[in-house]
Amino acid sequence: MIRVQNITKRFGEFPALHGIDLEVKPGEFIALLGPSGSGKTTLLRIIAGLEFQDSGEVFFHDEDVSSVGVGERQVGFVFQHYALFRHMTVAENVAFGLTVRKAKNRPAKSVIKARAEELLRLVQLDGLGSRYPGQLSGGQRQRVALARALAIEPRLLLLDEPFGALDAKVRKDLRRWLKDLHRQMGLTSIFVTHDQEEALELADRVVVMDHGVIEQIGTPEQVYMEPATPFVARFVGETNQLPASDGKDMLHVRPHDLEIVAADGDAVLVDNVFRKGGCWRVEGTLTGGGKVVEIDLDASRPAPSPGETVLIRPRRSKIFAQTGA
Amino acid sequence: MPTTTFRRPDWRAPSVLPGFGLTFGFTLAWLTLIVLIPLATIFLRSAGMGWHEFVAVGFSHRALAAYRLSFGTAAAAGLVNALFGLLVAWVLVRYSFPGKRVVSALVDLPFALPTAVAGIALTAIYAPTGWIGQYLEPLGIKVAFTPIGITIALVFIGLPFVVRSVEPVLADLGHDVEEAAATLGANRVQTFSQVIFPAIAPALVTGFALAFARGVGEYGSVIFISGNMPGKTEIAPLLIVTQLEQYAYAGATAIATVMMLVSFVILFGLNTWQAVRRRRLGA
Repeated sequence: MIRVQNITKRFGEFPALHGIDLEVKPGEFIALLGPSGSGKTTLLRIIAGLEFQDSGEVFFHDEDVSSVGVGERQVGFVFQHYALFRHMTVAENVAFGLTVRKAKNRPAKSVIKARAEELLRLVQLDGLGSRYPGQLSGGQRQRVALARALAIEPRLLLLDEPFGALDAKVRKDLRRWLKDLHRQMGLTSIFVTHDQEEALELADRVVVMDHGVIEQIGTPEQVYMEPATPFVARFVGETNQLPASDGKDMLHVRPHDLEIVAADGDAVLVDNVFRKGGCWRVEGTLTGGGKVVEIDLDASRPAPSPGETVLIRPRRSKIFAQTGA
Repeated sequence: MPTTTFRRPDWRAPSVLPGFGLTFGFTLAWLTLIVLIPLATIFLRSAGMGWHEFVAVGFSHRALAAYRLSFGTAAAAGLVNALFGLLVAWVLVRYSFPGKRVVSALVDLPFALPTAVAGIALTAIYAPTGWIGQYLEPLGIKVAFTPIGITIALVFIGLPFVVRSVEPVLADLGHDVEEAAATLGANRVQTFSQVIFPAIAPALVTGFALAFARGVGEYGSVIFISGNMPGKTEIAPLLIVTQLEQYAYAGATAIATVMMLVSFVILFGLNTWQAVRRRRLGA
């Protein structure tokens, strides 16, 4: 179990994290989700020991590792840009964590070699051990980085935007593959991402962060369906903000939770209609308010045309009381 | 209308920028004018003398001693510079401190200073009566007028080559590879020796090669501090000048030819090593 308690961190004048509490259960796959500057990467680096908190504690099981250095924490860390050692072969990269061990803890050369081969098989790169990182594709490099991190038999796997530098197709394949791998190995893992789709697809629980605080912790289902704050509603999935009938509060409505009605709805002028997967995506503006609205309609029925005015009503919505400004 | 089809040679990668013919032609013409023709005249001059005479002058005891001294001190100075230049580059890249720009400008100063000025200054400092020389003298260490003095002069003029070669590569080297090594349990020594050093080694070799090449040809700063004793502290470039002063042009070019060939072989070797290494890493 990983426990983070009341972590605070400042960079000069800039507060990166304030009062972060988080518990990760053994074997869980956790996503830290947030925009850039939300503090998600800083939190990950503090858990790894690459950065140190100004106050607060980090526990691995019941051991306080708050002041333990990164080398002794035994965490596997995967960097966004792979951070492979370019002058070493793939096998040497994977074996690095074992070869740098002190002589008394270091396995025999043949054991290290076998272990590296086994890990390369695990990440489906068997046979590429004698290549250099420069000769591999981005997706392959990231898998080498993962094998290298797993070689030290980490207590915890941390991944910093692991798919950030990859193109869409590779990213998707690697994502699915990583999820399978996690299911297989059951290694407690935390990854950082700014991509809500990635977080919802991979994680057992999603930690949504903004401006150095945790906005919500929940399953993908909870975070998507029951956003705790307006920020979460906006950041996770698409959302429309419509004025509530009391004129004060804001309704947050998902595009697929809006329907076109014959009467008794808000009037929307249709600007643009296009096909989006299995739906029609209708982009329009609220007449009067001028607010942009996005609606997903069942594609089996005819779509409204641009220039038309339609009446819409939310099937389901969430109200956040206006707090102050 | 007749048409011509251009076929790109196989060794040329396609490029969106045209002008290979023009730029390559210009490169060749320029290199020929600036480097090849002057060098060729040296060969021609020395070819004017017979083989026996060439060997007699080019490989005389005095010449051999001069080569040893020149290449030996240049290599020693190159190595010293590789070590301390790396240190200076490290400090300049890794840390920010007040006066950093001044320090950075100081590094380049040996480029700008007339080498004779450096020679005179170093001699004044290291002579037995000089600032530092007077303390070294009682310890039995003679610097001025010995190979040590020559090496110091060559260290002075060669420093910027190493610093400026290593600096950009070091700056480019991501912080994340070091952090990766740390998360994998490597200590600082292992991180430096196994991760950072191999990454900057090619740049360090380039810096060494440049400093070495410069040191082999250096004249101005050395002649003041070397003492110029034939067979002992006489560098090869000085021997060439001595020959010229005695109107022995052929002899001068013979020594120059030997120096040039040795230098070329060494530099070509270092460049080839780098090219092979780059290709191997797939970069």
